[in-house]
Amino acid sequence: MAQIFAYITYKGSVADDSALELLAAAKKIDAAAKINAVVAGSGADLNAVCTAMAASYNEVWKIDNAAMAYPNAEVIRKALVNILPAGSIVLMPHDTFGMDLGPGLSIKMNAGFASDVVGIEGVDANALKLVRQEFGGQVSTHVTCDISGGAVITLRPGSFQADESKSAGGQVVDKSANAGDLTVGRKFLEVVAAEVGDVDITKAEVLVSIGRGIEDVENIGVAQELAEAMGAVVSCSRPIVDAKWMEKSRQVGTSGQTVKPKVYMAMGISGSFQHLGGIKGNPFIVAVNKNPKAPIFQVADVGVVANILEFMPELTEKIKEM
Amino acid sequence: MEILVCVKRVPDTSENEISVAGDGKDIQRDDLVYSVNEWDNYAVEEAIQIVDRAGGNVTVVTVGGDDSEEILRREMAMGANNGILLKDDAFEGSDGKGIATILKAVAQKSKYDLILTGAQADAGAAQVGGMLAAMMDLPYASLVNKIEIIDDKKLKIGREIEGGNQEMNEINLPCVLSIQTGINEPRYVGIRGIRKVASVEIPTYGAGDLGLAASAVGVAGAKVKKIDYFVPVLGDGAEMLEGSNEEIIAKLIELLKAKGGLK
Ligand SMILES: Cc1cc2nc3c(=O)[nH]c(=O)nc-3n(C[C@H](O)[C@H](O)[C@H](O)COP(=O)(O)OP(=O)(O)OC[C@H]3O[C@@H](n4cnc5c(N)ncnc54)[C@H](O)[C@@H]3O)c2cc1C
Ligand SMILES: Cc1cc2nc3c(=O)[nH]c(=O)nc-3n(C[C@H](O)[C@H](O)[C@H](O)COP(=O)(O)OP(=O)(O)OC[C@H]3O[C@@H](n4cnc5c(N)ncnc54)[C@H](O)[C@@H]3O)c2cc1C
Repeated sequence: MAQIFAYITYKGSVADDSALELLAAAKKIDAAAKINAVVAGSGADLNAVCTAMAASYNEVWKIDNAAMAYPNAEVIRKALVNILPAGSIVLMPHDTFGMDLGPGLSIKMNAGFASDVVGIEGVDANALKLVRQEFGGQVSTHVTCDISGGAVITLRPGSFQADESKSAGGQVVDKSANAGDLTVGRKFLEVVAAEVGDVDITKAEVLVSIGRGIEDVENIGVAQELAEAMGAVVSCSRPIVDAKWMEKSRQVGTSGQTVKPKVYMAMGISGSFQHLGGIKGNPFIVAVNKNPKAPIFQVADVGVVANILEFMPELTEKIKEM
Repeated sequence: MEILVCVKRVPDTSENEISVAGDGKDIQRDDLVYSVNEWDNYAVEEAIQIVDRAGGNVTVVTVGGDDSEEILRREMAMGANNGILLKDDAFEGSDGKGIATILKAVAQKSKYDLILTGAQADAGAAQVGGMLAAMMDLPYASLVNKIEIIDDKKLKIGREIEGGNQEMNEINLPCVLSIQTGINEPRYVGIRGIRKVASVEIPTYGAGDLGLAASAVGVAGAKVKKIDYFVPVLGDGAEMLEGSNEEIIAKLIELLKAKGGLK
């Protein structure tokens, strides 16, 4: 089997949570293989991450270049194409970086590509059998990816239990000299921090969170009344912010806020992984949705199949009567 | 600026319950409501706004069947100037790379300054834009939520990254960008607007017209093959509250009290 590489992302001097999830996933592709890591960046932070990863990976391929001080996927893609052996299998997280790097890398490596993979079921001949989800998680699908010419696979964060065994006793191998020409047509300028809003939903103990099921901006009052009666704060899913019905600071999810409430009321929210990725601390989740098959019911503690526009006012009423 | 926007016809997940068809080979497609992929609608709106500022034309293109013509007309009713339908039996069973190969062929028939895709479509793959850019050797940026024109050679763009932070970049034209929702507020299309473009001719090209070998696309060219669909089981699932509304609410209030959800 081809050599498997895990592409490690990091912030400061600390590897991303995905770093050891990729290791677990790699072992599902081939339990006997010695798995390598590849890390690109610059300076002391990069060195620290490489050293830490050597405990878990057989070889840690380090690519140190000032052009990678910020992880510009276009630059990193060029370096990887020059450095990784043809036919390699490359794993990376399905996050905003992996989405930027993965598809183009697969083309340049002439390799297969599968993204947002949530399960790995093994290899039969050259067909790697994978599990993905479609339609916002309403259905799952098995796909096979031909890995005879290598593959680039992005894995959904949190889908594989991190391999903490740290038993590789590996070494760092400096590949910086092989990075080659890194000129690209895209230049990183700066990161602009998300706006801070009037309410901090990350501090709330109880959230009444509304999704596209609220149907109209006029109906948001219904959720506000319920939140008031409960002593809760209103948060929302992304489409509500896209429609400019609520401020971005109220959005729960990977591209919004990470919340840690005691109770989370998901009202007309389907339960996409990007939304769920913003809910931490194992809260008590109540889901109300008119679709009995909505994926949110798989992760909620309690579910009600109902129209939220009828259900919320009734619940508010009863709470007020208490 | 000449802008090409790639659009896909997809089942509207906020309108439909998606379930697996009897043989597991596909989803139940009878009675599904279809629409333009949400992300693509933002991409078309952005293209129209750019052309309003800088001049030029917006062309929308899709790989699909005869049914896909309706989404091209919808986007033309929004303000796109031209539509192109790419249709051929040989395209069926294409994987992401196959779709990108087909789109590349049409993109190269004309000269575009900017190519836009949605960040992702119904399968959540988020692959076609990045593949197309790499195939055409054009610069690429994904999840774009802001576009400013610097001059006819460069754009300043924002990418939405984790936590809603925005990564600003300068990117050379021509380039490929995948568009994230929320970048703008797509305009409403009324039935009258659609009627206006109902008889505009939409050229259709097949593999032969595009100079594509059948082996490069469709099932023949696909490294990724879909095996089956199934219903996922994650965790234990929720305890579903049933009964009359009154009973459900009484039970829910009890639970909320116990869990600290009522103050
Ligand atoms: C890179 C990236 C980052 C993202 N980040 C985030 C993020 O941070 N946060 C986020 O939320 N999303 C995020 N998304 C979007 C995400 O993929 C989903 O599109 C989104 O979460 C869907 O929101 P929703 O559940 O409100 O809408 P939908 O998926 O449309 O679901 C609406 C639900 O409401 C139900 N419903 C409709 N009407 C009613 C009614 N009257 N009563 C009861 N139920 C009703 C429907 O059955 C459905 O289940 C991101 C996407 C990408 C690509
Ligand atoms: C019955 C059926 C069988 C299938 N079998 C397979 C299979 O065997 N293997 C496999 O890999 N896939 C298969 N597919 C998936 C299909 O080929 C996908 O359309 C393809 O993978 C690209 O779409 P995406 O959703 O992955 O695009 P994404 O990369 O998620 O979409 C990003 C953007 O790319 C553009 N785009 C995507 N598709 C099109 C399009 N058709 N026309 C114009 N622009 C587009 C849009 O701008 C979109 O916003 C099958 C689909 C169906 C319906």
